[in-house]
Amino acid sequence: MNNKVKIKVEKVNFFYGKTQALKNITMDIYKNKVTAIIGPSGCGKSTLIRLFNRMNDLIPRTRFKGKIFLDGKNIYENGVDVVNIRRRVGMVFQKPNPFPKNIFDNLSYGLRINGIRDKDIIKDKVVESLKKAALWNEVKDRLQDSALELSGGQQQRLCIARCLTVEPEVILFDEPCASLDPISTKKIEELMEDLKKDYTIVIVTHNMQQAARVSQHTAFLYLGELIEYAPTDELFTVPKNKITEDYLTGKFG
Amino acid sequence: MLFLCIGLTLFFLGTIIYFIFIRGFRVISWEFLTEVPKEAMTAGGVGPAIVGTLYLVIGAIVFALPLGIACAIYLTEYSPKSFVVNIIRMSINNLAGVPSVVFGLFGFGIFVKFFGFGVSVLSGCLTLGILVLPQIISASQEALLAVPQSYREASLAVGATHWQTIKNIVLPAASPGILTGVILSIGRVAGETAPILFTAATFYTRGFPKSIFSEVMALPYHIYALMTEGTHPEEQTQIAYGCALILLVLVLGISAVAIIIRQRQRATYE
Repeated sequence: MNNKVKIKVEKVNFFYGKTQALKNITMDIYKNKVTAIIGPSGCGKSTLIRLFNRMNDLIPRTRFKGKIFLDGKNIYENGVDVVNIRRRVGMVFQKPNPFPKNIFDNLSYGLRINGIRDKDIIKDKVVESLKKAALWNEVKDRLQDSALELSGGQQQRLCIARCLTVEPEVILFDEPCASLDPISTKKIEELMEDLKKDYTIVIVTHNMQQAARVSQHTAFLYLGELIEYAPTDELFTVPKNKITEDYLTGKFG
Repeated sequence: MLFLCIGLTLFFLGTIIYFIFIRGFRVISWEFLTEVPKEAMTAGGVGPAIVGTLYLVIGAIVFALPLGIACAIYLTEYSPKSFVVNIIRMSINNLAGVPSVVFGLFGFGIFVKFFGFGVSVLSGCLTLGILVLPQIISASQEALLAVPQSYREASLAVGATHWQTIKNIVLPAASPGILTGVILSIGRVAGETAPILFTAATFYTRGFPKSIFSEVMALPYHIYALMTEGTHPEEQTQIAYGCALILLVLVLGISAVAIIIRQRQRATYE
C-alpha cells in the first residue's frame, strides 16, 4: 500500500487505576484517510483516540505505557509541548460542546488564544471554517447569536468548524453523531468525505454502518485489545477473526 | 406541611421588616442621612456611619474577592490531590465556623498592633475580608467545579493552555456562582459588629472619614453603642431603629446591584 503513515501507535497500554483499558495496541493511522475504530461499549475506543491528543492527561490516576508517533515524533516523550500537539490534533466530541458564547466568538477563540490579533484575518478564517463545515449558509446572518440556540446538528458542525480554525493536521471524531438525528448524521458524514482531502481523520463509532460508509480503514477493538485492523472493505466482507465476524453479524454487541 | 414552613418563614421575615420599618422610618430624613450626630447622639444624623459601613463593605470585598478566587482556582484547578491539600481544604471550612469576635481580636493583634495600621478603615477592611474569605473561597470552588468538563476539553482541544482555559472559559462560566458568594458576603460584612469593635469602629467622629487610616463610625456598631451607652435612652433607641432600617436598605441595595450583574452574566453563560 502506498499509504503515508501519520500516526504510529506502538505497544500502547493504558490503565485507569488498576483496570487495564488498552492492551498492547500497535497500529498505523494513514494520512488523508478516514480510519474508523469500532467495537462494543467499553472496549477502549474513546480511550484510544483520546491518547492521540493527550486528552487523557486530564484524567487523574491513569497510566500510559508505550509510544505514539505523530509524523515520526513520539508525543509522549518528556518535554513535548502538549499544547502544540493539541493544536495539531483537533478533536470533535461525542456531545456537541460549544462555548456559552456567540457563534463568532466560538470560532475566533482558537485563533485568539494562539496569538492572532488581526481582526480581518480572524474574520476570514471564521468564515472559511464555517464554509468548510457546511454551516455558513445557515448562520451567516446570525453570527452574534448564542451558539447554544443552534440545533444539535448545527452545534456539532460548529464544533467541527471551531476545530478547523486552528488548522489541525489530524481531526479526531469521538462518536460525533451519537446524539444526532439521521439527517444531521448524513451531513456530518458527507463533511468527513470532503475533509479527508486536507486532513487525516480518525473516527470512533459504535455504528458499524457508519464505519463502513465513511472509512477506508477499520480497526475492531474488543475488551481493550485490537482484534483486527484492515482496509474497511476487507474487514467487513472477509473478516479474518472469528470475534470480528461475530460482532459484525450481530451475534453480540 | 411544607407550605406551613414557608408561611412561617415569610411571617418572621415580614415581621422583622415591618417592625424595623415602623419604628425606624420616623427618624429618617435628608438630614439624618447626611449629617453628623449632634447633641450627645440625640439629634443630627448618622451620615458618617453610613459612609463608614460602605467603605468597610467595599474594602473588605475588594480585598477578599481576588484572594478568594485565586485560592479557589488553585484548589480546584491546580492542586494535586494530596494529604496536605486536603488539610488546607478542611482548614478553610473550619475557618468559616470561627466566631467573629475571634476574628476581631486577631485583627486587633495583627493589623492594629503588629502592622501598626491603628484602629482604622484599613484594619477593619482586612479583618472583615479575612472573615468572609472562607465563604468566598467555598462559593468560588463550587462554582468552578460546576463548570462542565466539556468546556475545558473543548478549549484545550484547540490548543489553549490550562491558564488560558481558566481565564477565558472557566471563570466567566463560573462568575454567576462566584457572585452569589459575594452577595452573601456583603450582607455578612455590613452587619458584623464584633470584628470591627477593636479594629475600625468608633462611637463618634466629627466628620466623615478622611483616609484609610481614620477611625470610622459604622452602622452596626453605632446601633450597639446607642443601645448600651449614653444618657438619653428614649431618643437613642429611636435613632437606633433608624440605623437598623438604613442598614437593611443598604444591604438590600448592594445585593440588588450584585444580583443584576449576576443575571446579566447568566443570560450570557446559560
